[in-house]
Amino acid sequence: MAWFKRKDKNIQTEQRKEMPEGVWIKVPTTGETVHRRELEDNLWVDPLSDYHFRIGSDKYFSFLFDKGKFKEIGQDIVPTDPLKFEDRKKYSDRLDQYQKKTGHSDAVRVGVGKMNDLDVVIACMDFDFMGGSMGSVVGERLGMAIDHARKQKKPLIIISQTGGARMQESILSLMQMAKTSAKLAQLEEEGVPYISYMTNPTTGGVTASFAMLGDFNIAEPGSLIGFAGPRVIRQTIGRDLPEGFQTAEYLLDHGFLDLIVPRTQMKDELSKLLKLVLHKFA
Amino acid sequence: MQYLDFEKPIADLERKIEELSNLTIADDDVLSPEIKRLKKRVEELRTSIFSNLTRWQKVQLARHPDRPYTLDYIYSITENFMELHGDRYHSDDKAIVGGLATIDGRSVMIMGHQKGRDTQSRQHRRFGMANPEGYRKAYRLMKLAEKFDIPVITLLDTPGAYPGLEAEERGQAEAIAKNLKMMATLKVPIVTVVIGEGASGGAIGIGMGNEVYMMENTWYSVISPESCSSILWKTWDYKEQAAAVLRLTAEDLEGLNIIDGIIKEPLGGAHRDPDSSAAAVKRQLLTSLKRLKKMKPETLVEKRIEKYSKMGEWEKRATAKSGKSKTNAK
Repeated sequence: MAWFKRKDKNIQTEQRKEMPEGVWIKVPTTGETVHRRELEDNLWVDPLSDYHFRIGSDKYFSFLFDKGKFKEIGQDIVPTDPLKFEDRKKYSDRLDQYQKKTGHSDAVRVGVGKMNDLDVVIACMDFDFMGGSMGSVVGERLGMAIDHARKQKKPLIIISQTGGARMQESILSLMQMAKTSAKLAQLEEEGVPYISYMTNPTTGGVTASFAMLGDFNIAEPGSLIGFAGPRVIRQTIGRDLPEGFQTAEYLLDHGFLDLIVPRTQMKDELSKLLKLVLHKFA
Repeated sequence: MQYLDFEKPIADLERKIEELSNLTIADDDVLSPEIKRLKKRVEELRTSIFSNLTRWQKVQLARHPDRPYTLDYIYSITENFMELHGDRYHSDDKAIVGGLATIDGRSVMIMGHQKGRDTQSRQHRRFGMANPEGYRKAYRLMKLAEKFDIPVITLLDTPGAYPGLEAEERGQAEAIAKNLKMMATLKVPIVTVVIGEGASGGAIGIGMGNEVYMMENTWYSVISPESCSSILWKTWDYKEQAAAVLRLTAEDLEGLNIIDGIIKEPLGGAHRDPDSSAAAVKRQLLTSLKRLKKMKPETLVEKRIEKYSKMGEWEKRATAKSGKSKTNAK
């Protein structure tokens, strides 16, 4: 069962604030307020309700890598507008806007460093950048992360938060599903461990490719995880969805996750798992 | 034969010809030349309409209710078809069909999305939208093909993977993801043809061919024009614009180097002459299979991984921008 009732999330490539402003912050699920410092000290997890506020790559990297130190790769790969895509706005303008707003050049970043003294490659998506959508750059950077992990024999962790493939790159985005999966097949042959850590939300083409292909599929509590978004499913079946549908807890119950690991235990639990796989306890 | 909205002038003329034909007995001196003239006019009209199709009109053609579907192609292209059923876990999905057959005497494993023709069969086939069991059946059939060194042919024709409650419950995303990873390293040739609609993960879930072809009037994209319109314009009304910006036709994808070629259709679409359409598909399959047969299993895998690894367009910035200095080691 869900630990709390999820409000419907409209999964779109719309800008969403990563963190609410102000000193007192309202917890959406309980309506209670909590002090910003208290949240910061607890990795943006509400100590009372365990609600996980969404955080981006900056924050994940800062607590996962020892002393927050890592080397970033793939930053020289930047997006273009290959299809000259334009809806109500030009894709190139959207890219500019998100780059300015988030300080990131696209929706994933790759860090190489140590996590509890273990060499690891961590790729982390940023939902704030166009809904964490996967286009060519996300695919290429993930490809680089996977290649690096394979060649250096370093365990790979991919943290997903995404609405799915990026519409503005159409077929090119779709092909990133094939690309990342093909690269993971190569990684598999080298026997390098891969942990997929899914956060809120992980949907669409990302779930249907690398996110579900972990040797270990792990999720943050309460995350929405699925292929089709809840709104589309509701439209298809013409009735309300059961409580807790498509939550991490639901997926665990249906056999698609190994574990649910709260953010506050993420670093230690993931390190422990990797040490077990890599015979590091001996 | 059903006509699409943009075919109305053709439909009108053809109706007129039929009326006149019904009036004449044998060689009528007055009406026969008129009928002949009108028939010529229809052909001219058809040529002009079909040489200037918009992307949306191609989407409409790809969805034409009379268009040949996977089983139609299988029955006209192959001999000895034996349909194989079931994913061995839950059920037999009716929206993906497949089995063993021969093409010119050579064994193949052929499969594809299957749509229905009438209300009942459409529901039976779930409009060509597969559940996880469909993808798992495809997985099983492809691994069987690998075991017995038989090439795989996949035909894509789906409006998307089924977005249902049970599909999610039974792991739609996991089923598609597993297929992608499995196809990457399958040690036998895979040839893929988009014969109708190629929508999103539901299509590529069985579509990672060594070679991928599209028929002339088909589409292949990350999302349908309707859904794209509803998300980006917040209304269903911009499907034509969405089709245009998504660049989803065979010509578009050939230009983007995503597919290996286009299979020509008869004037007016594949449904106007299903036999010649099937013959064209068969010719392409035979050419591709002959070419791929020469490759060693490792080469097939290597080339396939290389093909998909190269896909995508980005820029490489000359000077690597470092991340936040306070958290960056170097």
